[in-house]
Amino acid sequence: MDQQQQQSAIQGAKVLMVGAGGIGCELLKTLALSGFHDIHIIDMDTIEVSNLNRQFLFRRSHVGQSKAKVARDAVLRFRPHINIRSYHANVKNPEFDVDFFKQFDVVLNGLDNLDARRHVNRLCLAADVPLVESGTTGFLGQVTVHVKGKTECYECQTKPTPKTYPVCTITSTPTKFVHCIVWAKELLFAKLFGDKNQDNDLNVRANKAASSSEQTEDIFERAEDEDIEQYGRKIYDHVFGYNIEAALSNEETWKNRRRPRPIYSKDVLPESLTQKNGSTQNCSATSDDDSATVSAMPLLGLKNPQELWGLTQNSLVFIEALKLFFAKRKKEIGHLTFDKDDQLAVEFVTAAANIRAESFGIPLHSLFEAKGIAGNIVHAVATTNAIVAGLIVIEAIKVLKKDADKYRMTYCLEHPSRKMLLMPVEPFEPNPSCYVCSKTPLVLEINTQKSKLRDLVDKIVKAKLGMNLPLIMHGASLLYEVGDDLDDIMVANYNANLEKSLSELPSPVINGSILTVEDLQQELSCKINVKHSVILVSRNLSVDRSLNFIYSSNQKCAESFRIGPLLSIHVRRFRHPLVIMFCHREEFDEEKEPEGMVLSGWTQSPATNGESASTSNNESAVDVTESSSGPEIASKKRKLSETQPENHKRETENVESEDDDDLVEIENPMTVSKKKRVA
Amino acid sequence: MKKNSLDKEVLLSRFSRLNLRMDGEELTEQETALYDRQIRVWGANAQRRLTKSHILVSGIKGTVAEFCKNIVLAGVGSVTLMDDSLVNEEALNANFLIPPDENAYKGKTVAEICCDSLKDFNPMVLVSVEKGDLSARSTEFFEKFDVVVIGYGSLATKKAVNEKCRKLSKRVAFYTVDCRDSCGEIFVDLQDYKYTKKKLEEKVECELNFPSFQEAVSVPWKPIPRRTAKLYFAMRVIEVFEENEGRKHGECSLLDLPTVLEIKKKLCEANSVSESLIPDSLLERLITGTIEFPPACAIVGGILAQEVIKAVSGKGEPLKNFFYYDAQDGKGVMEDISNSFTS
Repeated sequence: MDQQQQQSAIQGAKVLMVGAGGIGCELLKTLALSGFHDIHIIDMDTIEVSNLNRQFLFRRSHVGQSKAKVARDAVLRFRPHINIRSYHANVKNPEFDVDFFKQFDVVLNGLDNLDARRHVNRLCLAADVPLVESGTTGFLGQVTVHVKGKTECYECQTKPTPKTYPVCTITSTPTKFVHCIVWAKELLFAKLFGDKNQDNDLNVRANKAASSSEQTEDIFERAEDEDIEQYGRKIYDHVFGYNIEAALSNEETWKNRRRPRPIYSKDVLPESLTQKNGSTQNCSATSDDDSATVSAMPLLGLKNPQELWGLTQNSLVFIEALKLFFAKRKKEIGHLTFDKDDQLAVEFVTAAANIRAESFGIPLHSLFEAKGIAGNIVHAVATTNAIVAGLIVIEAIKVLKKDADKYRMTYCLEHPSRKMLLMPVEPFEPNPSCYVCSKTPLVLEINTQKSKLRDLVDKIVKAKLGMNLPLIMHGASLLYEVGDDLDDIMVANYNANLEKSLSELPSPVINGSILTVEDLQQELSCKINVKHSVILVSRNLSVDRSLNFIYSSNQKCAESFRIGPLLSIHVRRFRHPLVIMFCHREEFDEEKEPEGMVLSGWTQSPATNGESASTSNNESAVDVTESSSGPEIASKKRKLSETQPENHKRETENVESEDDDDLVEIENPMTVSKKKRVA
Repeated sequence: MKKNSLDKEVLLSRFSRLNLRMDGEELTEQETALYDRQIRVWGANAQRRLTKSHILVSGIKGTVAEFCKNIVLAGVGSVTLMDDSLVNEEALNANFLIPPDENAYKGKTVAEICCDSLKDFNPMVLVSVEKGDLSARSTEFFEKFDVVVIGYGSLATKKAVNEKCRKLSKRVAFYTVDCRDSCGEIFVDLQDYKYTKKKLEEKVECELNFPSFQEAVSVPWKPIPRRTAKLYFAMRVIEVFEENEGRKHGECSLLDLPTVLEIKKKLCEANSVSESLIPDSLLERLITGTIEFPPACAIVGGILAQEVIKAVSGKGEPLKNFFYYDAQDGKGVMEDISNSFTS
């Protein structure tokens, strides 16, 4: 009987849950009710008030405690006899190695970040344990099944990474409110209250028109006895007035752009604020105020975080918040990083962003909205999490019964599509060019003379390839590794290597070199083939950036294209396993290639809404915030059921064939051809 | 929206304790902090309306327990529970609101136990119990509420309550929900409903007309499109079976299959449709699967809560007028069934 088979599969199962938050609470509850009785759960977070609207296993009295532990205790209250083991830890910790994962029959993810998801994906592949992935944002949700060898792994289709912005957009030419937020948060707030030793682009631009860098430094440093309000106004005038005027002096920048207007405090605020608002002086007398509750808004009579403030109010908040930092939280200055739960920091950043927005003619936003953007807050409700949890358990049961034909990816939509609010889709077969689950070449175009090993490690190996504890070898020579068992000489050696350019390493990495990159914990290994050739892709040449590289997988064999008078692309196709081709590049387009990295051969994600984390759903939204991986419905890859033996043969034999190859998509007017797969 | 004068005193004392303003239009600081993440989904106005809404829920099993949890977390004004059945082993199955401590639940009704658990999820929501038979209530009784949800109700009860709700001058949103085996059905009646929906960055005013429950379940089968969810027809057969035999939800077994198939035959004949419209296997599932499947409860309970939240906030396109879920094919579909097929 099918029921009995199902029951025995459930009862015999040992399940790992990663994440005890929104999805996790609902999932743990549903698993317990469904008869699962051996569940392990990992979560590194503690409970916050904003969790309580949906993470129903938690109460106000639990704030500050471990999510995994409290979730366990809550579920045991209505299912006292099941076995739940909780881990208050980061799933990326070494204790959760392949052997740890191997003990489970299925792994269920309820995570909120791409990084951890990729990590778990790799461990599940290494341990050969099926993975059920999921994500929700607002009313949208999805559940996917990943079984090694049978379906795509989580990384077969590229997931959109968090949006980053070109430095010049942030420092000089903002056009959207989010640019102003990033400026206020990463530059101004960091400069005023953060680590003084950190590089800060705010300096760079300020210096441009300054006669001496010394002069500029003085402005941000506050003298011992300098009046706080004076200091505040000085900063205000410098960043909103002087800096803007300096930027305006560069005509070229503003040829086709709206000119910002400089704003000076004398034009917006009354001469002295302390007369109007004597309470600030009183505040500084009491030193026993809890720093967490210090706030500018009440002092200014502002109560509603959803209210839109005008320029004057924003300016008042700016000065007041700055004053409060110096008056009440002096000790923290120099060590602060922006925290969305730090009310004063949020007030300051909102005000600063709004004043800048006003200057550039960008619409202002309320504190509530600004907080969402600055804090990358994901909007969330209980219902979607509950639905997704139900779907996860259903897939988990299919996996345990090894009912491969029934595996589905299920999308939870806000509005019906062809009458469906819950849309099941058959999973796709593994992507043969996925560098994670199949052994595929990667092409890396890099300036081997200028780029340092550090750039390769940070920007490619860790950030793009998602490796946690990398090891890099060139032939027999170990260029870099991390570990607890290294002696001081080795560590010093590796640190020295990091600062060298690739071509200057003890074992020089040049055109034609092959690198092996590994992460032992994830059991992932890649080979990188280095090729040094001149390449220029974009017509809009701009300032060379210190690290320039592109990489892609599977490029078409021996074709070159002329783009402009001096430009040509060499694109080569590889059938060798795990080869990354390096192609040297001098210049990158700052607007389109902000990181100086062009990832060719990766699926481009659709229009991102990354900046408006606080707005609710668009009609056609494919949600791109990290936690969701929104519905990717229009994929044209082959589904499991359509797989024919003949097709497999065709793939490996015919290297020259057009249709099943991944072609390079380079982001520029002369695109070679679009990728076949559409996200 | 009218409030029962007796309730008002209770509400006043409770609200003042929680630092709420009865007449206040704005959300309190506490509410804003707690509901932050969901306000970012549906906005502060919608949240305000939710805080003032009153929901009546009758018939509490797994799916309805999920529904109640969701709307309490969402921060509705009040939830009134009706279910006088006593807690027993079976009730414990998919209902996580009932702690498995016999000393605690002995002699108490399902509504009473669930009430205590639900209060815990969100102290700002007023959760209470109403005893007695839902179908015996007068029309005026329903005027206190903005939303009425009938879980696992009989055909007669569903019809009667829907009629009463429709008689009121105030619009009371009406829902039924039923889960069997790993399937579920939701019915929605918002009468004449105006709402706003987002279309390409703009807000558009829309209007829908919902048929009554009576009309929706009596629609002739012949003109209904072939691709309509089979569950619609199967549930109508089950409804007739339970009414004829005087059975409650879940009071059936494989032994009843011949009777059920007989009813199916008669209904198909009366509607001039082929019996192949409704697979026998589906009917068999529905009468043998007396215990709800917890994942299906979570899914259907979630969808139902989203619908109620939409109706209360007046924001977002509502389901019209049936929703079906079947874990076997994994689809969750909306079906629009009314007499418009014949016209």
